[in-house]
Amino acid sequence: MEYLIGIQGPDYVLVAADNVAASSIIQMKHDYDKMFKLSEKILLLCVGEAGDTVQFAEYIQKNVQLYKMRNGYELSPSAAANFTRKNLADYLRSRTPYHVNLLLAGHDESDGPGLFYMDYMASLAKAPFAAHGYGAFLTLSILDRYYRPDLSRDEAVELLRKCVEELNKRFILNLPSFNVRLIDKDGIHDMEKITLTAK
Amino acid sequence: MALQDLCNFGDIFQESVGTARNVMAVGQRKSCSYATGVALSNSTSLFHFYIPEACYLDESPIQFGQISTMQSSSGIPSQETLPIPSSLPESLPFTSSQVVPLPFPMAHGTTTLAFMFQGGVLAAADTRSSCSGLVACPASQKILPIHSHLVGTTSGTSADCALWKRILSRELRLYQLRYGRRLSTRGAAKLLSHMLHPFKGTELCVAATLCGWDGGEPDDGCRAHKGSEMDHGESRETTKAHLEKTAGAPGEKVSVSKTQSSSFTKQQCSRRKISFSGPSLFYVCSDGTRLEGSLFSVGSGSPYAYSILDQGVRWGLTVEEATSIAREAVYRATHRDAYSGNFVDVYHVTSKGWTRRTREDLKEEYYREKEKRRLERERRGTTFPG
Repeated sequence: MEYLIGIQGPDYVLVAADNVAASSIIQMKHDYDKMFKLSEKILLLCVGEAGDTVQFAEYIQKNVQLYKMRNGYELSPSAAANFTRKNLADYLRSRTPYHVNLLLAGHDESDGPGLFYMDYMASLAKAPFAAHGYGAFLTLSILDRYYRPDLSRDEAVELLRKCVEELNKRFILNLPSFNVRLIDKDGIHDMEKITLTAK
Repeated sequence: MALQDLCNFGDIFQESVGTARNVMAVGQRKSCSYATGVALSNSTSLFHFYIPEACYLDESPIQFGQISTMQSSSGIPSQETLPIPSSLPESLPFTSSQVVPLPFPMAHGTTTLAFMFQGGVLAAADTRSSCSGLVACPASQKILPIHSHLVGTTSGTSADCALWKRILSRELRLYQLRYGRRLSTRGAAKLLSHMLHPFKGTELCVAATLCGWDGGEPDDGCRAHKGSEMDHGESRETTKAHLEKTAGAPGEKVSVSKTQSSSFTKQQCSRRKISFSGPSLFYVCSDGTRLEGSLFSVGSGSPYAYSILDQGVRWGLTVEEATSIAREAVYRATHRDAYSGNFVDVYHVTSKGWTRRTREDLKEEYYREKEKRRLERERRGTTFPG
């Protein structure tokens, strides 16, 4: 039902998430933000079971901020991703596993941009592009076909738009608008929301 | 559980297990932390509310409330059941760790709705409590006031909702006594959501919308009343304007700048003040959902209500128009949904608090509408069927 997508470029990461908060068949909110800011240059995109998403994402968010307060510097995206995965793995075989699928996107001074794919089984993979949700079935092949490691920012937004249009055309559910954000060495930038009219 | 680590729930669970548990110890610890009066040191004291007898929580929460032949091996000594704080209602089902089967299928049918508009927040609900095909009570109350400026609509299991609303009222009152100001609706929603989190996966079902008006002035006496009222009024104006543009997004940034531009003494006293004031609406569900919005409808009749509300709700409605559309939405939902019906309650929350409209019988509404349609048909002189 929910959709996340991330595309990594040479010096940026572009991420987008849909804006629908649903409860069974009803859309309860049309402008829900599924991205959580972990630090100045790290975003966590989180979908999954109703309460687990916010609880888990806020837990990670506060812990990353605590690390900064204690040590004086921020976690790198790779460290944050591994920390998140470790938490998911720890809770996986407990009484209360978190059923959440995540994308972590960030920019590191030394390592550059990074996009990390995590799922509810606590797997972690650094990937040049990734997507979560039923929509991923429809859009991953588009990403496979058109992705290049040296995409410019405009080309990446265009690629994102292609994916979203495909969803609009073939996906059974109505996902009218998407939040789009870009992370580069200057931090997180809000980009124009992608809104689709009826096909 | 992740939250346990953060909020020292683990300590409380450790204490409650074992024979020598002393409830008063927790109470004493609480009172010690009150005496210091420093917010940071007892930052977790907000979560040191009374956790119910944790023996059944030791077992998997999934097993609670289901029929089981398991006998409790670790029986509770009778002395532990005595010192239950008197603030809790008597009807708590915390009897023993023996799993109790549900007596009958619990009720989930209802129609409740709430929306924000220029005149505050309006909440409406039907009054039928059903139990799988039987109307258990035709005149129940589904909108419960929590404090003077906050009401909550309830949906799900009536008993659960009533209990958790009372617990929420108690916690909000404690917050007000400790910190000298009312907790915002956003804070109340977060508190309720965190209180319900340990019960995720069990039979507990609470789906509430919290409708409130934020912006009470702190009574620490530092601020001139006139100044606080002006600021309150200003932030409300700006908040409303901002809300008009973006549905439901609180104008927090705008209000903060207004507060900072006010007098120095005010700034000193209100350093920790959250400077949002105005109507506020949150949906909290026991499955963990917590959403902020400007229009919500919950319950089995909610799809019917949504379709009526989506057509007519705008920011600029007058109070009469808003009441009328809320009543109509509940009426249409009760017409179609078997589990909603009987009467409709309407509550209106403004900066002065909540007011309640007299309960109306929807049966009368049905006959009124039938009569109106008949008259219209006669007037037109056509012979439409039905």
